[in-house]
Amino acid sequence: MVTASGTAPPVHETLTVSGRHQVTAFAVMVLLLVVAPFFIYPLFLMKALCFALFACAFNLLIGYVGLLSFGHAVFLGSAGYTSAHAAKVWGWPPELAILGGTLTAAALGIVIGALAIRSKGIYFANITLALAQMTYFFFLQAKFTGGEDGIQAVPRGVLLRLFDLRGVMTMYFVVLAIFLAGFLLLYRTIHSPFGQVLKAIREHEPRAISLGYSAERYKLAAFVVSATLSGLAGGTKAIVFQLASLTDVHWTMSGEVVLMTLLGGLGTVFGPVVGAFIVVSLENYLAQLGAWVTVVQGVIFVVCVLTFRRGVVGELARLIRRPL
Amino acid sequence: MTTVFGIPTQALFGQLLIGLINGSFYAMLSLGLSVIFGLLNIINFAHGAQYMMGAFAAYFLLQWAGLGYWWALLIAPVVVGLIGVVMERTMLKRLYALDHLYGLLLTFGLALVIQGLFRNQFGSSGLPFQIPPELTGGRNLGFMILPNYRAWVVGFSLMTCLATWYVIERTKLGAYLRAATENPTLVQAFGVNVPRMITLTYGFGVALAALAGVLAAPIYQVNPLMGADLIIVVFAVVVIGGMGSIAGSIITGFALGIIEGLTKVFYPEASNTVIFVIMALVLLVRPTGLFGRDR
Repeated sequence: MVTASGTAPPVHETLTVSGRHQVTAFAVMVLLLVVAPFFIYPLFLMKALCFALFACAFNLLIGYVGLLSFGHAVFLGSAGYTSAHAAKVWGWPPELAILGGTLTAAALGIVIGALAIRSKGIYFANITLALAQMTYFFFLQAKFTGGEDGIQAVPRGVLLRLFDLRGVMTMYFVVLAIFLAGFLLLYRTIHSPFGQVLKAIREHEPRAISLGYSAERYKLAAFVVSATLSGLAGGTKAIVFQLASLTDVHWTMSGEVVLMTLLGGLGTVFGPVVGAFIVVSLENYLAQLGAWVTVVQGVIFVVCVLTFRRGVVGELARLIRRPL
Repeated sequence: MTTVFGIPTQALFGQLLIGLINGSFYAMLSLGLSVIFGLLNIINFAHGAQYMMGAFAAYFLLQWAGLGYWWALLIAPVVVGLIGVVMERTMLKRLYALDHLYGLLLTFGLALVIQGLFRNQFGSSGLPFQIPPELTGGRNLGFMILPNYRAWVVGFSLMTCLATWYVIERTKLGAYLRAATENPTLVQAFGVNVPRMITLTYGFGVALAALAGVLAAPIYQVNPLMGADLIIVVFAVVVIGGMGSIAGSIITGFALGIIEGLTKVFYPEASNTVIFVIMALVLLVRPTGLFGRDR
């Protein structure tokens, strides 16, 4: 169980108390994100938001079900390819293109999830990684993905025939809306009876089964939700950057989302968002340094695992003694 | 020209040999992973980086110390194995009480650091490494030309795998090791120094990876990323064979190398994915792998 560092809030903790803090934190986050584009380069913020949604979706699995998927890039990347292809070649409007990408990721999630969910722990990580690598080779060889070039110059289009996404602020607030919708959906999932069962399975699977819950079905459902929202992030990202490329399906991307979630705090609601913003800014600043990015990421991994297992938000939550 | 199923025999045997070579590396690397996994219960994600370090150690020995291939075959595994021992003593050791996933994450981070540092220093293009003069040339077998060095790699890795299997399955030391895999507390109670055994096992697994790296240096170029993608294929091999199974990883390693080689002849488009497809099929039928036990 991944949150074994002893920080996992007891499940019975009253939702009213913890809820108030989380509502405050949520309000602060929304306020910051609404104001941010007037001060910070919006394209950078959009990138961070896409990754934040991706990391939140990933966190549902590792933080609340205790499953480490090492192949989550596949959902991000496959949705990106589908959305980009739909928007560019089929001329779909952005909302349908993103929806199409999201559904592709959901379908892939059902297939990969069904294969991987029967195993646990390290086996699960290994199997998701291998299946993801298989999908990577498919995208590398498939004609429509453009191989090493990827799909470039994807039109952003006009959302719902109302919002012209070529305007950078319009695009930003659409991305923000998508991120918040995904974030709230995940928040609801975690705090629903369904989420409680997931946590019960994480803590003690045999007992959850003995209580009559079909653990495999719950885990598969969580896997598909996670894959779907990763797909939503990937599809949005493809429209924003007008590009779908192999980077997003490669296993290094799967590693990156693990890093974001670990750094922000596994099993915290806001951790993945914080982690994603830190990692994306780091990459921005270190971009000129080439392979040093990898070294820095590796060092963060090592430091997090050895001494900082609760992550930024996890430590913060411990400080104020409230789950965040 | 003779053909089998419409394929020229030259091409068929050529690919079969390449498959056998790849299989040798799969077998050696998955064997090391299995040995480590058996006792430490972690997936050593740094295995590919340690394989690469083995190849680089051979390169350094030649460039800086003037020591050739044969010395490298001896020294590189020892040096890289010692680095592995240091990693285990200083970092991995602290994680045994925690979830095993942390071991995976730590070694993943270490792999990123090692590969990043080497890439900064040597770029992404490969450095050439010569085949030792004793093993240049080839033998004409009538139906194909067999390069001596490739025959040596297959033979040597097969011997290494068999020797490892023998030590683990047939000697007293191996019996301790297998007992510690089953129940470390009890073995410790009998007076065996289990922590030291864990350290040495990790060092041994890493040394195997480095040895494979030295063998690979003259075939593939010495390249900072030579282990990065290979290791994922090896993970799939380990899943197919059954994690922690010694004989399983050797047999599946060679078998999958050959299957991959044959796929290149008959259906080249699938040669990159065939191992992963086999993995998916095996998982459907036997979730613990072909030779694995439920644990």
